Amino acid sequence: MKTYGTMKTALGALQRNILRTLLTTLGIVIGVAAVITMMEIGRGATIAIQRTMASIGANTLVVVPGAANTSGVNLGAGSIMTLTPQDADAIIKECPAVSSVAPIVRARTQVVYGNRNWVPTYIYGTTPSFLNVREWTDLDEGEAFTEHDVRNSSKVCMVGQTIVTELFGGHSPLGKELRIRNVSFKVIGVLRKKGANMMGLDQDDILLAPWTTIKYRVVASSLSSANQSTTNTSSTTEVNSLSQIYPNLQQNLYPVPSTIEQADAAPIIRFTTIDQILTAARSSSLIHAAIEQITTLLRERHHLSDNVPNDFNVRDMTEITKAMSSTTEMITKLLLCVAMISLVVGGVGIMNIMLVSVTERTREIGLRMAVGAEPRDILRQFLIEAIMLCLLGGTIGILLGRTSSYIVSAVLHWPTAASMGAIIAAVVVSASVGVIFGFYPAWKASRLNPIEALRYE
Amino acid sequence: MDLIELRDIRKTYNLGEVVLPVLKGMSLNVVCGELVALMGVSGSGKSTLMNILGCLDTPTSGEYWLEGQEISQLTAKERARLRNRTIGFVFQSFNLLPRTTALENVMMPLTYTKENLSEHQKKERGFELLQKVGLADRIHHQQSQLSGGEQQRVAIARSLVNHPRILLADEPTGNLDSRTSEEILLMFQQLNRSDNITIILVTHDPGVAQCARRIIRIRDGLIDNGANPPNARCAI
Repeated sequence: MKTYGTMKTALGALQRNILRTLLTTLGIVIGVAAVITMMEIGRGATIAIQRTMASIGANTLVVVPGAANTSGVNLGAGSIMTLTPQDADAIIKECPAVSSVAPIVRARTQVVYGNRNWVPTYIYGTTPSFLNVREWTDLDEGEAFTEHDVRNSSKVCMVGQTIVTELFGGHSPLGKELRIRNVSFKVIGVLRKKGANMMGLDQDDILLAPWTTIKYRVVASSLSSANQSTTNTSSTTEVNSLSQIYPNLQQNLYPVPSTIEQADAAPIIRFTTIDQILTAARSSSLIHAAIEQITTLLRERHHLSDNVPNDFNVRDMTEITKAMSSTTEMITKLLLCVAMISLVVGGVGIMNIMLVSVTERTREIGLRMAVGAEPRDILRQFLIEAIMLCLLGGTIGILLGRTSSYIVSAVLHWPTAASMGAIIAAVVVSASVGVIFGFYPAWKASRLNPIEALRYE
Repeated sequence: MDLIELRDIRKTYNLGEVVLPVLKGMSLNVVCGELVALMGVSGSGKSTLMNILGCLDTPTSGEYWLEGQEISQLTAKERARLRNRTIGFVFQSFNLLPRTTALENVMMPLTYTKENLSEHQKKERGFELLQKVGLADRIHHQQSQLSGGEQQRVAIARSLVNHPRILLADEPTGNLDSRTSEEILLMFQQLNRSDNITIILVTHDPGVAQCARRIIRIRDGLIDNGANPPNARCAI
């Protein structure tokens, strides 16, 4: 009741000089609007950074087959083929934290066009969603192959910029036919330049084709040979003088298992296997969930009992993820600092005007004291006035901040994200600014001597 | 028992090195229902006495009995409550709140009253008093829209809003022309007579002092004459 009356009085006092009230609140309006705009643009920037980071693979999870173990010799990752295309399909269907999945069949072999040849770093047989996983969907030229091409094992491919330079001399390769191990592929798309990855490997030295084509038409022809030239030489081992210098290591690199050993450790045979599965988590915060879901799903699909270790590995990009989270954290803190400064400036403005107001209304304060206002009443009145100024400023500031962040996103095409936290923080902070910066003037007013205040001119 | 009794009130201002005694031991009595004029030239200490009488200030020494209560040593908070309940103030410069209507001005002291009146009751009381001072048709006029006499009448209504026993008027006609002054003084006399309110008029104008029943003259911080009331007494 008492507070309500005081609020009415304060409102009256503020109404009496509406222009000054508005000018005073301007500081808080700008402060709060700055907080909200900054926070929203900051969140937008964070999202943009996350997207950029995602395009260099921060959200990427690679599922690779596990290691074969023959007579106690561990053959290292990928030495048994445990992943199937059906695993890839199951992951996208049953793991909600995963946004896209691409099975990958690798090959390393010579690519020929006209009188030139080249061995790309990556020849990947995959599906169109590979481009989604790697955030690579906007092509330089042409178009991506489709699911239809994958089903048909069409002889089409997309090439990276390095291949365009090395094989086609920089001319557009669209519609041209190149040969991979004597299978001819029509180039239907050219990938945008991506540069080297963090390990320095050239990511543009890549050829993408439907995995069915690579699997059945290219790799199936010879699993052991690295490229066409070795295929040729291996058939003429006896007469090749170089065979002494480079003996065929594959023959006796590992101990040959005996028949019994082979029977004991029968390799798991799946009819169609793939080399790895590339998946993308929906967001960086869902990476751990995605790993868990994929692991659970694949263990189930591969019928592994509890005491059997995984026959696959899920790898994430810890390094990049860490860099990303520290970057976004820094941005948020920076923006918060800037916004706080503007709020403090606004608060000082309020204090300034409240002090002027106390001086200007000295006679009024004296009169109120003469008719029976206790110091506490005066303190409360001026404090509530300051808080109301700040809350008024806060309200206008929220509207202004939302509007300006909307304008920023509409005009500058910056991503912004509405933030309820920013609004709550702005209201709380503006009220506390009112209390903190309104207290001194209010206290000063309450300590006035009524006699002198009444005589004040 | 007297309504107001001062016993050897002294007030000394300590201005750094100089000690300035303003009231040098004053004793006076005012009984209920009196209309007293406090006269003296400027510098005689009448404003200081007025502030002490109005509980705005405390004496350096001496006793101040108000309604049978010794109040010279009360805290600021207690004096504020006392002013709110018992004493009404009328100032020379009216001291109305700017950009505020007459009614709101009159209602203002009720904000600081301990008894919780509803908004409606406050308005009713404010309106009653404005009617009493003859401003029923001016209740929504702002301070700047009222003439000096009207402003002073609003100020009188404001001073009466808490039904005080004492009305302290500090040069109430100092800023008014003679005709309006007469009206205001008449109003004081009427209030004194019909509502039995004790009124203390501070003035240096002998014409104003003439309308009082007793004149207390102050010179040099001492009372010249009129310290004790004639045999007009009333029950408290």
